[in-house]
Amino acid sequence: MQMTTPHCPMMSWLPIAADFRGDLRTALDCAKQTDRLENLAALTSYRLGFLETVQLDRAYGRLGLKEAPGFLPLRLAVLASSTVDHLLPAIRVGGLRRRLLIDVQSGGYGQYRQDLLDPTSALHQFAPQAILFSLSAREAISAIPLTTTAAEVEETIARHIKELRSFWQKAREICNGVILQQTFLDVSEPLFGSYDRFVPGAPSRIAARLNDRLCEAAAQDGILLLDVARASERDGIDAWFDTGRWFQGKLEVAPQAAPLYGDMVARTLAAQHGLSKKCLVLDLDNTLWGGVIGDDGLEGIVLGEGNAAGEAHLALQRYAKQLKERGVILAVCSKNDAEIAEAAFHDHPEMLLRRSDIAAFLANWDDKAENLKAIAAHLNIGIDSLVFVDDNPVERARIRQSLPMVAVPELPADVAQYVRCVADAGYFEAVAFTSEDRHRAQQYTENAEREALLGSAQSMDEFLRGLKMSVVFGPFTVVDHARVVQLINKTNQFNTTTRRYTSEEIAYLTSLPSALTLQFRLLDRIGDNGLISTMILRPASDQEGVLEIENWVMSCRVFGRQLEFEAMNIAVEAARRRGARALIANYIATSKNGVISELYPSLGFALVDQTAQTGGAVRWFLNLADYVIRDTYIARVGAAG
Amino acid sequence: MTTQEILIVFTRILRDLLLDDSIALTMETRREDIPNWDSFNYINFIVAVEMEFGVKFKIADVESFANVGAIVAAAMTMVR
Repeated sequence: MQMTTPHCPMMSWLPIAADFRGDLRTALDCAKQTDRLENLAALTSYRLGFLETVQLDRAYGRLGLKEAPGFLPLRLAVLASSTVDHLLPAIRVGGLRRRLLIDVQSGGYGQYRQDLLDPTSALHQFAPQAILFSLSAREAISAIPLTTTAAEVEETIARHIKELRSFWQKAREICNGVILQQTFLDVSEPLFGSYDRFVPGAPSRIAARLNDRLCEAAAQDGILLLDVARASERDGIDAWFDTGRWFQGKLEVAPQAAPLYGDMVARTLAAQHGLSKKCLVLDLDNTLWGGVIGDDGLEGIVLGEGNAAGEAHLALQRYAKQLKERGVILAVCSKNDAEIAEAAFHDHPEMLLRRSDIAAFLANWDDKAENLKAIAAHLNIGIDSLVFVDDNPVERARIRQSLPMVAVPELPADVAQYVRCVADAGYFEAVAFTSEDRHRAQQYTENAEREALLGSAQSMDEFLRGLKMSVVFGPFTVVDHARVVQLINKTNQFNTTTRRYTSEEIAYLTSLPSALTLQFRLLDRIGDNGLISTMILRPASDQEGVLEIENWVMSCRVFGRQLEFEAMNIAVEAARRRGARALIANYIATSKNGVISELYPSLGFALVDQTAQTGGAVRWFLNLADYVIRDTYIARVGAAG
Repeated sequence: MTTQEILIVFTRILRDLLLDDSIALTMETRREDIPNWDSFNYINFIVAVEMEFGVKFKIADVESFANVGAIVAAAMTMVR
């Protein structure tokens, strides 16, 4: 008898749990709710199929937690034209994998128009912080007869896209967070065969055009995509769409694709909150090249054209280099003698990655967990920003055990699959591509030069003076808009309130006369550090003549350069020019911003009586008449608004 | 596989799905006999069984299975 096996997208980068059922039940037996949550979150680092996902979600649901220390709560509404109930557990589990507590709400399928328009709808009551549109191409396809001319097809599609944009507009009125639009799955069958591509009214052609136009409109309107169309091309449409499930319950996304779907939603939401990974840490032997350089020598390693495995290792190097070009930091962590390892980068003719591509290079015989900590510290990024790629299962297990916050892809046995595995995991999901991203690698290289300078300087003062720093500053500009949005939303350490802003909110603040916005770019004799700090001040709601620092962020790249002092000098002068008499500021502690817990007192702010405070914010006050402009080694260029 | 072996796997799947280790399926068990085994979780169960055994049930059968025994019987015809 012939069997039809269900197709299923594989989350192959995640390791398989030895005893998921047992671990889940053990997790639920913990006495404390927060321990149960931590244990469940730990289980999400394993490869979960449909059943495990439902199971884990049910266990999570039993905790009934809306918030927990170290987790970010987020309300997500799903507006759908098909059944999505089976996707919601996977969205929550995907969130848990990134320490997001996603509260998902979905209306009845096909109800989204009314839900958007009716101010008394459950959707409005829910006050979502993110909205996902999960729509089908069926409506558009059924509205276009096969015999329709190309021009008429375009017109109908344009009408559909216009309606979609009106939904986005409505969604914006409800939600000031991210709006996500799912691309259209092409679930159609061929009518003419390959000739379908020449027939404007053919269903597959319509779906393709819809997606083209959708992407253009989304890019213009600042809407983020959930590209299930691309995923279904990768996994095959049978993995993403199951005709039986459609007939049974109007499921447009197959249940077996739910775990990946949920992970993709969570990736994008996490990216929006600055939780994507930042650094790819690569092992060397049998990862970047074949063989062991210490044993086989420079000539003995397998790398480059003319050898299948050598080409596959080179493909991984090429992929890493492309990631670097889009702003991912590269590092090396290898058990090797440093000189031997570095020699490959300098002297091997087939090496695509050069030593200068690597921002942190640790080749030694120390424990790799310690080396990863050192890499994170050296780059001044969180350990949870690292992805560690190593062919050795023992090293992988060791890192997962001792540093569970590091992402460790379960590399397949065959080097041919390495790139796919790392790419499929979506570690570096982005919500923007800015000029800062393009120059990041350069900036890390320059930072290494600065560190060399620091090493040779007799004192911190001498180092800072020697840098010949200058700050270019002014109000937010349209030109720098995308970078400002990205910086505010990605910065976790030097971030006073961790308040996130959408593109529209920043555009609004930029144009709002009462708001005092400041952006700072730091230059020095080594190079341009880029736009690395922003500040948003607005009139305090309850006190006349007082400006509140609603948010202040600074990139970790420029910590310890006195920029916080010069930025405050600038802010104070700008506030004085506006006739303000005082500044107030909140510091809201998170698991990541402890580095600035003493920021405001160090700038001369006084603690406001805490008795009336709520929500964990520490409130600080600065009388502008008392503020003395502080001397720094940073010269000023530009004028405050 | 024997019907008994399949029934054991079915029981495990439904226990996991509903996170209820007290569930004990027999060939005569009907959906309404099990708390929370609603239509949503019925489809979830079918999906999980299909993935576990690498089979696909006919949609007409899925709508008309009278009890667990009927599902076991249908699975038997497809599982080696």
